[in-house]
Amino acid sequence: MSELKGTFKIKEGFADMFKNGVIMDVTTPDQAKIAEDAGATSVMALERVPADIRKQGGVARMADIGLIKKIMESVNIPVMAKVRIGHIAEANILQSIGVDFVDESEVLTPADDKFHINKWDYKVPFVCGARNLGEALRRIGEGAAMIRTKGEAGTGNIIEAVKHMRAIMGEMRRVTSMDNAEIMTYAKEIQAPYELVLMVKEKGGRLPVVNFAAGGVATPADASLMMLLGADGVFVGSGIFKSKDPAKMAQAIVKAVMHYNDPEELAKISENVGTPMIGLEIENLEIKLQERGW
Amino acid sequence: MKKYPPLGILAMQGDIQEHQKILWDLGIETIWVKKPEDLKKVEGLFLPGGESSTMLRLLSFTGLDIAINERCQKKDFPMFATCAGTILLARDVIPDQRSLSLLDIKIQRNAYGRQVESFEVPLQIDGLDELFTGIFIRAPKIIELYGEIEILSTYRESPVFIRQDKIWGLTFHPEISQDTRIHKKFLEYWD
Repeated sequence: MSELKGTFKIKEGFADMFKNGVIMDVTTPDQAKIAEDAGATSVMALERVPADIRKQGGVARMADIGLIKKIMESVNIPVMAKVRIGHIAEANILQSIGVDFVDESEVLTPADDKFHINKWDYKVPFVCGARNLGEALRRIGEGAAMIRTKGEAGTGNIIEAVKHMRAIMGEMRRVTSMDNAEIMTYAKEIQAPYELVLMVKEKGGRLPVVNFAAGGVATPADASLMMLLGADGVFVGSGIFKSKDPAKMAQAIVKAVMHYNDPEELAKISENVGTPMIGLEIENLEIKLQERGW
Repeated sequence: MKKYPPLGILAMQGDIQEHQKILWDLGIETIWVKKPEDLKKVEGLFLPGGESSTMLRLLSFTGLDIAINERCQKKDFPMFATCAGTILLARDVIPDQRSLSLLDIKIQRNAYGRQVESFEVPLQIDGLDELFTGIFIRAPKIIELYGEIEILSTYRESPVFIRQDKIWGLTFHPEISQDTRIHKKFLEYWD
């Protein structure tokens, strides 16, 4: 009997295990422990959280491998790490050390101005950001096993994540009412593979892979909002470790995802949770990370 | 179509919707169990895959850990657990972690390696005529059996599907294989 590894079924099935849960950005083994103890389903290992990347500027790259390994040793939950868009070598390195999921992320400075990584070449699964259905389906076409909204990372401002989730869900709802002749022209308009648009229709308006919210989640109510809009789960970047009491905030957001449609529970969860991260207005940003990606 | 009693899915975290979909395909509506009062409404419980440490934290937060234990005292409450669900039910967990201690087994978390070592393989399962595709994702391994436990499938010399009283423990994920046969077998308790 033959064992198969690295199949799309296994990659996408792994992403299913994160559903209804929270994935948290961490920059040290101690933070990873705090995240795990609070109930994170996974941690994203990186050198600087998006809020600091935004503030400090410079080229943002894959984190130091020593740091990623230390984080992998410190927790039992899966560990994700980010690579620059199109940076095949960074992806090869992360796969070789056994990172569980790779985020080809607009939060880092892109390495390729035209092409994303061909993710079919890897055994390790990839997650990618998207602002609309066309972008999500292009990434899935390249082999991504999980999608997240881009939002606007490091701002603590939920408006962009909402915009992107509403765009994706709304476009999918429209696809379900199209006849098959319309699908080809629509696929052309949104620059998405025809077969994948058809699949969205056949699945009754769902992506063929898990779809998380990311980029701006800062409070339990933000997490609940994204779940109400149809997210399968939530990434929290700067929102945990830029808040006043990270352990408390982390736990509250985990609980909020479970009770996302129960206002009474959410009210309890939202009580005395400490000051969230300071947010930024989108209009005042010098750089919009979400515009990276093709 | 046969009428089944209300069945629940433990809805702390994980692939809840995947179990729901399989059961829906078998004609069954399920209740998401998030609080002790939800547990009173159901006659059987599915425990999904996901992260066991996340589910544990939420189980104690909601008080469902105690409620499930009480409900199981008479040993006639059918439960169907996959992967993380089985870890929650095991008596002993490696590395050490709290558990509901309802299955007399020792289980090792993430025993086959990291995600790149996850695999799918056809399994021979007692009571099924044809092979079943076992999808093992950062899967745990049952490394010791303490009591009267029935083994329904084995892979690489470890049990991957066991049964004790009316509790079923699997280390793979039938809920994401688009194959309803194992879920269907479980429903025979109400035939």
